[in-house]
Amino acid sequence: MNSQPVTLYPSRQFKDNARAALADTELRGSLRSAMDFLMAKRSSAFPDTDELDALRTLGEAIRQRCLSRLPELLEQLEERLTANGVTVHWAETPAQANAIIHGLVAARNGTLMVKGKSMVSEEIELNHHLEAHGIQALESDMGEYIVQMAGEKPTHIIMPAIHKTKAQIARLFHEKLPDTPYTEDVDALIRIGRNALREAYLQADVGLSGVNFAVAETGTLCLVENEGNGRMCTTVPDLHIAITGIEKVVEKLEDVVPLYSLLTRSAIGQPITTYFNMISGPRRPGEKDGPREVHLVLLDNGRSQAYADQQLRKTLQCIRCGACMNHCPVYSRIGGHAYGTTYPGPIGEIISPHLLGLENTRDLPTASSLCGACGEVCPVRIPIPEMLMRLREESQRPAGEAVDHPLRGQGAAASTTEALAWRAWRRVYASPGTYRLFGWSATRLRALTPPTQAGWTQNHVPMTPAPKTLHELVREREARRKES
Amino acid sequence: MSARESILAKLRAAPKTALAHPDIAAHYQRFPFPDDPVGKLRHWARMMRSVKTEILWTDATHWPEALAEWADHRRPASLLLSDTPHGHQAAAALATRPTVPALRYFDSELDGWKEQLFHDVEAAFTRVRCGIAATGTLVLWPDAQEPRTMSLVPPIHIALFDTTTLHGDFHSAMHQENWAAGMPTNAVLVSGPSKTADIQLTLAYGAHGPRDLVVLAMLPDGISPAMLEEEGA
Repeated sequence: MNSQPVTLYPSRQFKDNARAALADTELRGSLRSAMDFLMAKRSSAFPDTDELDALRTLGEAIRQRCLSRLPELLEQLEERLTANGVTVHWAETPAQANAIIHGLVAARNGTLMVKGKSMVSEEIELNHHLEAHGIQALESDMGEYIVQMAGEKPTHIIMPAIHKTKAQIARLFHEKLPDTPYTEDVDALIRIGRNALREAYLQADVGLSGVNFAVAETGTLCLVENEGNGRMCTTVPDLHIAITGIEKVVEKLEDVVPLYSLLTRSAIGQPITTYFNMISGPRRPGEKDGPREVHLVLLDNGRSQAYADQQLRKTLQCIRCGACMNHCPVYSRIGGHAYGTTYPGPIGEIISPHLLGLENTRDLPTASSLCGACGEVCPVRIPIPEMLMRLREESQRPAGEAVDHPLRGQGAAASTTEALAWRAWRRVYASPGTYRLFGWSATRLRALTPPTQAGWTQNHVPMTPAPKTLHELVREREARRKES
Repeated sequence: MSARESILAKLRAAPKTALAHPDIAAHYQRFPFPDDPVGKLRHWARMMRSVKTEILWTDATHWPEALAEWADHRRPASLLLSDTPHGHQAAAALATRPTVPALRYFDSELDGWKEQLFHDVEAAFTRVRCGIAATGTLVLWPDAQEPRTMSLVPPIHIALFDTTTLHGDFHSAMHQENWAAGMPTNAVLVSGPSKTADIQLTLAYGAHGPRDLVVLAMLPDGISPAMLEEEGA
């Protein structure tokens, strides 16, 4: 039988997902307290606003400079890493990246992969791909481990299990892990996870990690973490595979200093994380531990589409701190699952259309009140609201219209009814006679206003025209003035 | 066309803008960490203690004794040492005590005894390359003598730190020591024992790496522990 893989796009159901999330009071409670906590932590990590402003400006300048030289820096990175003994692979699509990684594991007859936190590996659905080939991919970040055990996806890029309560986690461990008593004591729960995962590090054939910054100057992969699972995955198994998006390269080693500070302070309000892990190659002759093989997979997956347009290129400045989510009034009410994408929240709304096409993400650019909080807290000053406006425009642009940098799924949100409505509006407003006629009939026939008005009346009372037009009211007032 | 060529071709076809590399050093000159040895040490200690690090003030002569006293009190069942002068000094000091932890040197490739490292080693003792005051950080520079897993796998990590190598901030550590000229296989910044807040934002130590971090901080002549622990420090 010739079976075709079925690809589901939960991001297409954004509005339904959002409604379901809004009705989940337990989720609303978890999110509210978590977001309040993270916002307060971030704010206290930047006591000096001058320093914050200067650091954000510096972070923006570094990221823009690095992006301006992206092809050259990627080549330099490859050259340095190769000289250091790391093998570099390039993948345009998730399928290519999965095939490369599977090939590396299969070459060693590997059956168990331990994974440090990597959003890009979620983006390519690596775990499913490996499992289909009989390789177990075990998440080792505590939050990811919990989410994987529950058969769910992360709801936040920094705090994957932020939507779960300790009671839910206690129940999960009790049910899923053999001989595990029910306990809501967080230290005990962490100890349970620690012990289970330590055995996995010991047995694993391969460790996989993401990359926070890839330094072209020295050929160094930098990983930011608190737990030590990233160090375990990149140190204990004999094969280490790192995967990252092509935009993560920085030019100089010193570039990571301000970016790292911005990252930890913006993300969780910590002055620094427990570990900053800088990997520049596999085990050298004479060294007694560390992987003998290190590979880096560089993934495009739509990033070059964002790169092609100078305005949308700013999307790639992102250092994945998640501060835009924590401060977003939409994200903090619906959580990450509703978006149906790997990257939720404001950054997800502007990056996902490039990864998945606007045809699969057409509602995401509208999942914002444009309040501007995301742009204000962004550590590298990505003008997120401006990007959202641009993507809204592209999603409405007629599919056939020729533009310099067409986006995948151009026109996906365009609706015939809406287009007709605007055409009618244009006609009315272009001719004074028609305008007056429209005004007169709308006010005189106001009793006939429909009680349901498309999306508007879902959350608002119906719009009803006033008894008289503004022009009429002004004329009447002027007439009264003359009389008096 | 290969994926590599295709990706690079797409990026090269995009519009170009020439942007200068920003002056990172100037930022850290504008917001410097005050260069006062006692102030730096106080801040470093406060930051490290805020993330559950135990600091034992000592000096270049007395640290083996400080280590032995700590071991008397804490009683680790086993201790992993490096085959280095300071590793041997530590062993000699511990040998004089009534209860000696089982000592082992990291003297062969890990592949042959990975399981023992995970199951049978309670503590490991390594040296530190330098420190960073602003964030309360130790910089580890593992090498053939002191491999990477020493500071990662055993539940207790004991670090020997020469406090005269304490830099104000990360930038000055990297800049003054010219790291860009040659990075080791793996360099690690460590700020406390491993931790997580992934369960309902509740902080718990001992996530995957060490549960405890103990620093033997060697002070130079002229700085006493009392000066660092004064009121208001």
